[in-house]
Amino acid sequence: MAAATALDSLPAPLRSLRLKTKQQELLLRVSALALIYVLAFVVRLFSVLRYESMIHEFDPYFNYRTTLFLSDHGFSEFWNWFDFESWYPLGRVVGGTLFPGLMVTAALLHRLLRALSLAVHIREVCVLTAPFFAANTTLVAYAFGREIWDSGAGLVAAALIAVCPGYISRSVAGSYDNEGVAIFALLLTFYLFVRAVNTGSLAWSLASAFGYFYMVSAWGGYVFIINLLPLYVLVLLVTGRYSQRLYVAYNSTYVLGMLLAMQIRFVGFQHVQSGEHMAAMGVFFLLQVFFFLDWVKYLLNDAKLFKSFLRITLTCVITVGTLALGIGTASGYISPWTGRFYSLLDPTYAKDHIPIIASVSEHQPTAWSSFMFDFHILLFLFPAGLYFCFKRLSDATIFIVMYGLTSMYFAGVMVRLILVAAPAVCLISAIAASATIKNLTTLIRTKSKSPQTVSGKSSGSKAAAKGAVDQSLPFQQNVAIALLLGAFYLLSRYAVHCTWVTSEAYSSPSIVLAARGHNGGRVIFDDYREAYYWLRQNTPSDAKIMSWWDYGYQITAMGNRTVIVDNNTWNNTHIATVGRAMSSYEDEAYEIMQSLDVNYVLVVFGGVTGYSSDDINKFLWMVRIGGGVFPVIKEPDYLVNGEYRVDKGAAPKMLNCLMYKLCYYRFGELTTEYGKPPGYDRVRGVEIGNKDIKLEYLEEAFTTSNWIVRIYKVKPPKNRS
Amino acid sequence: DLVVTRADRKVDLTSHIVRVLTSLKVENSGPEAVSQFLLAFPNVQAKNLAAIRAFGTEEKVKGPSMVLPIEVVQPSGVPPELTFFSASLSKPLEKGKTLHLDVLTVFTHSVQPFPEEITQAESQLVVYQDSAQYLSPYPVKVQTLSIRLPGGRVESYTKYPNTKLAESELKYGPYEDLPPFSYSPMVVHYENNNPFAVAKEVIREIEISHWGNVQITEHYNIAHGGAKLKGEFSRIDYQSRPYIRGVSSFRHLIARLPPRAHSIYYRDEIGNISTSHLWSDSKKTQLEVEPRFPLFGGWQTTFTIGYGLPLQDFVFNSDGKRFLNITFGSPVEEILIEKLIVKVVLPEGSKDIDISVPFPTKQEQEVKYSHLDISGRPVVVLEKLDVIPEHNLYFQVYYRFNNISLLREPMMLITGFFLLFMACIVYMRTDMSISKNSPSYLAKVQWDEVQSIIQQIQAIFNQCLAAHDKLETSLHELSRSGDVKSCKVARKTADAQFKELAKELKPLLTSLQSSSQSYQIWPKVEELVAKERELQDKLMTRHSTVVDSFEKKLRGQDVENRIAAQQQKVAALRQEVESLLEYISEI
Repeated sequence: MAAATALDSLPAPLRSLRLKTKQQELLLRVSALALIYVLAFVVRLFSVLRYESMIHEFDPYFNYRTTLFLSDHGFSEFWNWFDFESWYPLGRVVGGTLFPGLMVTAALLHRLLRALSLAVHIREVCVLTAPFFAANTTLVAYAFGREIWDSGAGLVAAALIAVCPGYISRSVAGSYDNEGVAIFALLLTFYLFVRAVNTGSLAWSLASAFGYFYMVSAWGGYVFIINLLPLYVLVLLVTGRYSQRLYVAYNSTYVLGMLLAMQIRFVGFQHVQSGEHMAAMGVFFLLQVFFFLDWVKYLLNDAKLFKSFLRITLTCVITVGTLALGIGTASGYISPWTGRFYSLLDPTYAKDHIPIIASVSEHQPTAWSSFMFDFHILLFLFPAGLYFCFKRLSDATIFIVMYGLTSMYFAGVMVRLILVAAPAVCLISAIAASATIKNLTTLIRTKSKSPQTVSGKSSGSKAAAKGAVDQSLPFQQNVAIALLLGAFYLLSRYAVHCTWVTSEAYSSPSIVLAARGHNGGRVIFDDYREAYYWLRQNTPSDAKIMSWWDYGYQITAMGNRTVIVDNNTWNNTHIATVGRAMSSYEDEAYEIMQSLDVNYVLVVFGGVTGYSSDDINKFLWMVRIGGGVFPVIKEPDYLVNGEYRVDKGAAPKMLNCLMYKLCYYRFGELTTEYGKPPGYDRVRGVEIGNKDIKLEYLEEAFTTSNWIVRIYKVKPPKNRS
Repeated sequence: DLVVTRADRKVDLTSHIVRVLTSLKVENSGPEAVSQFLLAFPNVQAKNLAAIRAFGTEEKVKGPSMVLPIEVVQPSGVPPELTFFSASLSKPLEKGKTLHLDVLTVFTHSVQPFPEEITQAESQLVVYQDSAQYLSPYPVKVQTLSIRLPGGRVESYTKYPNTKLAESELKYGPYEDLPPFSYSPMVVHYENNNPFAVAKEVIREIEISHWGNVQITEHYNIAHGGAKLKGEFSRIDYQSRPYIRGVSSFRHLIARLPPRAHSIYYRDEIGNISTSHLWSDSKKTQLEVEPRFPLFGGWQTTFTIGYGLPLQDFVFNSDGKRFLNITFGSPVEEILIEKLIVKVVLPEGSKDIDISVPFPTKQEQEVKYSHLDISGRPVVVLEKLDVIPEHNLYFQVYYRFNNISLLREPMMLITGFFLLFMACIVYMRTDMSISKNSPSYLAKVQWDEVQSIIQQIQAIFNQCLAAHDKLETSLHELSRSGDVKSCKVARKTADAQFKELAKELKPLLTSLQSSSQSYQIWPKVEELVAKERELQDKLMTRHSTVVDSFEKKLRGQDVENRIAAQQQKVAALRQEVESLLEYISEI
């Protein structure tokens, strides 16, 4: 008001610059959105500022390597790439076994920047791809929020998702993984589909199909879309919300999306052949039947006749459908559900049947604390948002409710799927926050206006105030202000929490480890890169490195050497062979290594620094996975009374297996902690049980300065005499 | 007919680069003046010769010395196993005159490890071969040879008469009256654990920006050129006693950068390397780089160092031309570079490029595309093999560059953004729809019209409300000053304004009513108009009542009583009008 009156006093030409309310609102909205966009990008740069512009974790290194290949050799070479450097001696058909969306996106961005004559390195593009797409996601979230509720909710949703830790965890700078672009694609597809359903427009359905295509090209999580959409359609059908708009939207999206998805080699004909995609096809046919029946009903115009027709048609359809499914499954044309899919529906499935999935920490069921950590106040706003959605039920809110509920379930099954739930939770919470704040502010505004307008004469104000009080509860205004302040407090706590989580928990590259030194200074453990660079520089270029599969991608990307197994765990037997070698005695392991042409063995050992995610702690999984294929390896042999230990009381097989020997070779001579005997393992907190380790077939080739990575050379076989 | 009356050779074997300083006293005993002095080296040595420099001083030993130009010559009738260099004297040496000549020769690859493979704990032993006597095409009267060793163990050395090993110095001679081409091979086998840092290739890129920076980027591929490591590398041995178990390795290199070097970085292909230290003062900047792992014999690593330098320290102006004046070699100490490529990237638009280097190099030109380049930046490429610290001499690149070209890239950016915003504006203001007759398009056009009308109506009502406020204030004035006349005037103007506004409103209302898109909003607008009219009337009547009662000099209490009912009505109406306005604005 003050600004407006100040403007009134300006001379006429300046006053004509004064914006109309609509324009003011637009300006505010656009600048808020622009700030959110920048914020979403900037908050993800902690890792670059703390450390450096580098690729994080494990999988991103593979993506980076393939992107380099793509930008160096071009698309068709990339499509036909057979990688000799991994899965020796099998190799890997890279072009046919990956989702190329991420790499193509980064390569195109790089090319675009080059075309704008900005000479940036492809690494910088890769590092910043995830933050860039996260920023774009905020725009989609805004549009989506506007579509399902109003533009205020859209803005709040954009702001919430910009800093939501559940999403940030997978999209900080350097986390160059499929999820980085996939969440954008996922939300975009959903938004376009909801838009298509709301408008019934063919153009939006088409756009949605292309969004789906992008999603399919980027991430295996597209299966979620292809199952959620039919579920949503089914729910609409059941609740009697079937409409022509829905028919157009679903059919065109499904048919076109399916055809487009078949262009991705890794996905191929799965849309018509795999059990996981059958729900979408079933609903597609169901919609046709529904449409047909609707038409017949319209033509017949006779309830009784239609009823009998309905019975016949339904029986026919169900018989044909079951028959087709049965024959397809029996003949093997339709593949059954995969283990990964089962493990999503049944959280205990992986533990019993697929140790390789269960061994990954991010596939564990989610703890409550990590929900709190990743969602913070959204966890409370989410149910409130659901309430608002149910209160104002529409096709769009039904969709977001279903998306929210299903993804929440999956987030509970697997830690990493919190990521998929994050956009839904943000949107639904945004509805709650926006609707609540809007209600509160309207209350305050209507109240505060009456005394203000009649303040001219004191006598009149009483009556006016009386009139207003009549319609509302006592202290309403004060309560509303208090609630509003509370909401702002909560939201600002959320922002603080998110920033803190981002900077403390999610911005570590996990290749470089940082710790506090004795004098408070930062100590950097750069052992991984030390070892990989040593491999790259000082081993023959055709050397084969054997390590546990976690480090495969990093060794090929940073060490540029051939590995036996890597993070693309497509061949369980091969991994089991490595697990077997690691858990056998040295001479047995030597035979296995000879058969695999292994030149160097790499192990990760944290006993000196106290780095707990090392190979000794992962060793039981090697035993389990190895034992799953080779029954010679038995888990009880490595345990004492069901207990896993490495000190004197450890099982004899444990004390003499290859992994133990390689990790603790000459460790018995080292004093790691003052006041403790030599050979004190700082991770397990015990003195090791076998200090006199002799290696017969291997020799120490390199150990990094903090002993985190140890590399051994496999000696050539002795001459036969 | 020259005679070398005295030859003192000092060989420095402390590092892997061998420096031989030969001090010669030359006398012309022949009848004719001589203008050239020949230096002879066996071919084995000559192929390792990295640098040769001669300084001549006539007569007095401590006179001003001058650098003599040296070239390879092939005199007739000499053994083919020898390579000759000829130093041209600045002025011919007259009969009977003497000349002092200092020749500095630097050899690479002359110190060979023996044995060639050692374990981690062993010391590195190396072998050096030379002649105990000075090889010269002239007779030498008196000569000595002293070899400085790095200290430590000496396994063996060739013993001749007058050979002496004291401390870390090995001395041969003096030997007297030896004929031309005397040669007696000597070998010394000794311990040398100084870093044998050999760079297989160094690419040094110097990029000039006339915004005030010279950016230098150096890519190193460094290996330990000494005895190769055999067997295990044991970290525990290395970390518990690094100077015993790992004595032959080296873990860091020192680079002396120019003063005021800034933005220094040290990284390799897989990222930043965090182990480096920097000291700087006004004279120099010293950077200690530690590769990711210690380098043992045969191990190698690659890394990149980059830093910026202030432009005014290295680029100067002379006769309308600019020139870069900077050292050629690498700033790393005691490093042998087998192949050095120096690239000088000049700013885009530089022309007339000239290069002046104090020694022969292979020269090329190429073009580099960097940020916002169109035609690319001209790059001068200089390539030289076997570069040693002695090659760290200044060289110059002359070029012409117009300062106006500096503004090109900012202008490009400005134009780009300007065009972008222009495109946005044009897009917002033009009608891009294909079909101008489709119902949805027509509806949109009509809706836009309705909106603009409503905005106008709103503006009018806001003016009305402002006029109401004015009336109100005039009443205030009245109660304060009792000036009835001005109050009446205010009412008159307000009345006139109301009439005018009503006139303005009328056509707007008719057009709004006729529009098909306004069916939703029309009732509200109608209501608004009615309410406002009512409000106006009430206000006027109240105003006149107050003024009347004022004129009649009624008591304040009575006035209050008279208008109380009106007051309430006015307030309620005002609120209704405002909420209606808000409702309309939200559509």
